[in-house]
Amino acid sequence: MDDYKVIDHYLCVKLPREVDHHKSEEICKNADRLIATSDVNNVIFDFEDTTFMDSSGVGIIIGRYKKIAPIGGKVYAIHADQQIKRILKMSGLNKIIEIMDEEKN
Amino acid sequence: MCNEMSLIFDAISTNEGFARMAVAAFITYLNPTIEEIADVKTAVSEAVTNCIIHGYENRGGKIYIHAVIENGVLALEIKDKGVGIEDVEKAMEPLYTSKPQLERSGMGFSFMEAFMDELEVESTPAKGTCVKMKKKLALGDWIVMED
Repeated sequence: MDDYKVIDHYLCVKLPREVDHHKSEEICKNADRLIATSDVNNVIFDFEDTTFMDSSGVGIIIGRYKKIAPIGGKVYAIHADQQIKRILKMSGLNKIIEIMDEEKN
Repeated sequence: MCNEMSLIFDAISTNEGFARMAVAAFITYLNPTIEEIADVKTAVSEAVTNCIIHGYENRGGKIYIHAVIENGVLALEIKDKGVGIEDVEKAMEPLYTSKPQLERSGMGFSFMEAFMDELEVESTPAKGTCVKMKKKLALGDWIVMED
């Protein structure tokens, strides 16, 4: 569970190297448990280690957005590389979440 | 020159990574751009995930990939012998998902369409589904010689 941290009201989810259907169910389950049991109203998805994401990743983000948007929460994406940003933009997610603009080191 | 490969593997989620890596490795000799490789990997991942979740409804089966490269064009067929799709046109609508409880984005076919040049879906209920995609890669058989 090192990949999930709650700091203040923010849940930070460090995503794996490849975000696909194989990984998505576990990520949703873990994130939802923390949203339900901790005092969380914002979610940060950290793409630092991520080099691949398909539409399953879009499903993860939309699902968490639907959970926290009604309580006034926000979703952020950080450390997304060009490929990940392309997916976020193509899916229209950039309209509902905040994509932080610093590049990967 | 025509180059061809086939893969048959189990419809389990652990194989999603294997399938997209295998196809990416197959096209590597054409020296595609990073973006082209990412496009192909995403399209393969979407099609294979569909076979697992929808075609076989997570009950397992075999997935068949057939890839041909000719004149720098990759032609991919990704096939299952699962439940098939009643209404292909509806399935291909952006954001449509037949399984909303799974929290899927409903963007699988949209991504395949966006990342490949051509997409064709053939499906027969109770027989299975075949997704055919094409993408022009890099320079193909034409090599630019420096002066």
